[in-house]
Amino acid sequence: MSSVPENGTPIRNELFAGRVRSAWLFLTPMIVTLLIVAAWPLSRSIWFSFSDASLGHFRDAQFYGIKNYFKTITMDSGAIHHFGVLVDPAWWNAVYNTFRFGIVSVTLETVLGLAVALVLNANFKGRGFVRAAILIPWAIPTVVSAKIWGWMLNDQLGIFNDILLRLHIISEKIAWTADSNYSMFTIVMVDTWKTLPFMALLILAGLQQIPGDVYEAAEVDGVHPLSVFWNITLPLVRPALMVAVIFRMLDALRIFDLVYILTPNSSQTKTMAVISRENMFDFDKLGYGSAESTVLFLILLITVIAYIKIGRVNLEGNN
Amino acid sequence: MKRSPFWNFMFYVFVACILIESIFPFYYAIITSFKSGTDLFNISYWPTSFSLENYRQVLFDGNGSFLQNLWNSLWVSTWTVAVALTLGTTASYALARVRFRGRGLLLMTILAVSMFPQVAVLAGLFETVNSLGLYNTDWSLIFSYTIFTLPFTVWVLTTFMRDLPIELEEAAIVDGASPWIIVTRIFLPLMWPALVTTGLLAFIAAWNEYLYALTFTASSQANRTVPVGIALLSGSTAHEIPWGLIMAASVIVTVPLIFLVLIFQRKIIAGLTAGGVKG
Repeated sequence: MSSVPENGTPIRNELFAGRVRSAWLFLTPMIVTLLIVAAWPLSRSIWFSFSDASLGHFRDAQFYGIKNYFKTITMDSGAIHHFGVLVDPAWWNAVYNTFRFGIVSVTLETVLGLAVALVLNANFKGRGFVRAAILIPWAIPTVVSAKIWGWMLNDQLGIFNDILLRLHIISEKIAWTADSNYSMFTIVMVDTWKTLPFMALLILAGLQQIPGDVYEAAEVDGVHPLSVFWNITLPLVRPALMVAVIFRMLDALRIFDLVYILTPNSSQTKTMAVISRENMFDFDKLGYGSAESTVLFLILLITVIAYIKIGRVNLEGNN
Repeated sequence: MKRSPFWNFMFYVFVACILIESIFPFYYAIITSFKSGTDLFNISYWPTSFSLENYRQVLFDGNGSFLQNLWNSLWVSTWTVAVALTLGTTASYALARVRFRGRGLLLMTILAVSMFPQVAVLAGLFETVNSLGLYNTDWSLIFSYTIFTLPFTVWVLTTFMRDLPIELEEAAIVDGASPWIIVTRIFLPLMWPALVTTGLLAFIAAWNEYLYALTFTASSQANRTVPVGIALLSGSTAHEIPWGLIMAASVIVTVPLIFLVLIFQRKIIAGLTAGGVKG
């Protein structure tokens, strides 16, 4: 780096101090902005989760303790009931759905992304064209891709059923979005379609970092291609892969738009973000929804920290 | 590496699958958008009709609210990008080129904010937006989109700026140039490719955003952005989903993005993979 504070002359030190001062001056507008647009709303959301806030009554919301998270009510009959996010089956169902979705879709995207990246890393005619074409799903807004797939997966008029019927894969038309047996499959499929380009390109960037002479040496030694993949490519691309997976996982665990538009009423696909927004704005329980979004935030935080610790991921990209 | 003819053939089959899988859904949206009336109920794999009726309806019926939505999206995304780039450039210079205590922590915090679950700040944002009197205005979105565009911009610009040679700066420091001069006169001219990349990615992120747009602008048709407009597009009767109109609107919204992506393909890939992936 450019400045060397130690063993410097007084002039150097003064220069260094001046640079640090102006660095903070440069950083201040950004830090203040982030405090206003991110830190402040986050702290207010957390406060709401401990209050009885509703849509018509949030400025003068009253402190409510942990009742949104957990409360016990004793009925006149003596029966004891527990309420709150922490014992809410609908919430835990959403947590389960979110993780099931996240793990299945990210695994699928990683495997397919690796396959696509390996193809794009090979030399062939029209590679540039293919690389451009795979960016199309990424460029389509999620809302639009949800609508396009909603149309293709339409049970009566959809082309997806038509293709599968023609290929004799299915024998009768399936309601992909409405039938709760298929709704999760549908969400995973559409999400994989949409985010595969991102995954493939991230992995491709990792593959291109691998020096070519490694492969040449393996070829000279007559190593089997599968062995080359398993013992050379995979370990060398691992750092890029780990970073791509964590980015995708965080994205998957906060999924909202696709589910909200494609399968809005299925309890099989309702995710954490969908259910907490629903409580905040559709059921007018701003406090309860905030409690859910706060738990979501904590769950994501724990997931990231665990992942970075266990996987020893180097996010900063410098060694 | 050499491949046997069989594997060569399989390779191209796989390439063809990738191509069809990537292109077909949008292709299908386009051919659907040209079908009107009962044509829509005939499943076809090739273009069978060419009617602009859906486009006419989506653009000019309904008091031109879709055009208004398009304009809102353009306005919101442009301002979001402007705010992020302005604040991001100087901040990333400080983060990339000056060593100071707490820099690593600050970088990690910025990365953490860029990966924030948006719904975790939704209730607080709702209050802030209401208190500032921004509810149902474009500014509510410019304000809230800064949450993800600014940290992302800072992160990517920092990675770019870190790779520029030290010598550039050393000469300027020896000549007594102030950090402000160094940023504006030396780095900014070299930074424009990075600025284009991050600006584009921030623009696309803002253009596509749905959760905040739905929450802060959905109740007023004139203030919606296109994702909300398309999601809430309804037909003449309540029970019939106007697929033709939805597909026409989808094509209108997506075609500019696809052109942008194809033109700036290399820059976008560089931006997507910047930060983290470099070994």
